Amino acid sequence: MEDIISIFIRSIFIDNMIFAYFLGMCSYLAVSKTVKTSVGLGIAVIFVLGITVPVDYLLNEYLLSAGALRWLGPGFAEVDLSFLSFIMFIAVIASMVQLVEMVIEKFSPALYNSLGIFLPLIAVNCAILGGSLFMQEREYANIGQATSFGLGSGVGWFLAIVGIAAIREKIRYSDIPAPLRGLGITFIITGLMGIAFMSFMGIKL
Amino acid sequence: MSVEKQPKEALFAPKNMKLIFNPLNKENPITVQVLGICSALAVTVKLEPAVVMSISVLAVLAFANVIISLLRNTIAPRIRIIVQLVVIASLVILVDQILKAFAYEVSKQLSVFVGLIITNCILMGRLEAFAMGNKPWPSLLDGIGNALGYAWILIVVAFFRELFGSGTIWGFPVLEYTGLYHIGYKNNGLMILPPMALIIVGIIIWIQRYRNRELIENK
Repeated sequence: MEDIISIFIRSIFIDNMIFAYFLGMCSYLAVSKTVKTSVGLGIAVIFVLGITVPVDYLLNEYLLSAGALRWLGPGFAEVDLSFLSFIMFIAVIASMVQLVEMVIEKFSPALYNSLGIFLPLIAVNCAILGGSLFMQEREYANIGQATSFGLGSGVGWFLAIVGIAAIREKIRYSDIPAPLRGLGITFIITGLMGIAFMSFMGIKL
Repeated sequence: MSVEKQPKEALFAPKNMKLIFNPLNKENPITVQVLGICSALAVTVKLEPAVVMSISVLAVLAFANVIISLLRNTIAPRIRIIVQLVVIASLVILVDQILKAFAYEVSKQLSVFVGLIITNCILMGRLEAFAMGNKPWPSLLDGIGNALGYAWILIVVAFFRELFGSGTIWGFPVLEYTGLYHIGYKNNGLMILPPMALIIVGIIIWIQRYRNRELIENK
């Protein structure tokens, strides 16, 4: 149980998807103009990451990694399908995003309309595929750890996008040098937020 | 009645050359179109992985553009995203396996970021916006142009981060030869950390928009 909490906290603050690995920057920059839409997108990302990482964990454990097919019989013990993992992961992600899209459209049409084009784009959000690939690389011991990693990364991404959206709403009133307006200042603020998040680095649980 | 043959366009007509040169500056994928930032920043601690990453993206983007452009009339619009993803993912698997075979050290440094080329927005963006509606040759040029636009930003960022962060260029200790360390110069550890990549890109955007006034965003 302790390791699960530790992984959760770690993936929110220390290994933050945005500030430490720059994953999901495209939608982070494009959707962060208002707090409301960014909350919606952030929740969708938490949801999708929380589902896809454990599903991809099971796939990796029982289908893809070296010797994973042992349960089929001793003849399969040598089989290593890990080169297929990119294509399997992206297929899982694309179908999960389709599912989330249908659920949101059914239960919250207002949110569906405000997210617009960005909902299908979660499928190509690097944070989602990145979550699965990091899960594979770090070799988590069981599905609980993988789930907590997925959820934690989602929460970290959510925090980052809501934070930058709030700052961007306020910064509209300040006098920024014209060439820096919009994209440029967003990059620099993200960098400063990243430096702030680095102060969590010493935390050990 | 004979159908008049359309005059064949020269392969390197000015219109085609624009496809290569526009993405370098006015339509730069990173600083103007805001595509493909995710992988751009994480691999720029050193020059070598940045160059390898640029070459990988160049290969994947050029081939994916050509393949999708060849298939564009046979793809049903409803399933185009899946088709694009499959083409990209197969190309990325090829690149990944080649890197593992011939440049293992660099592929370890790039870790998950080679796989993340699949979800690099440049790819989907260019396939959707260009390759789905254009012939193979312009698509190839567009792919190469955009990959080069992506590459030069990566290389500039990596150059500054490696020079000031580790005092080397391509692993070669440049600053040691200039004797700066003797008069008390220290490597700036902050440059190696992730946030500085964002700030350097912000500065590049600043300079570019200062020189190209039409790119400035309205309030």
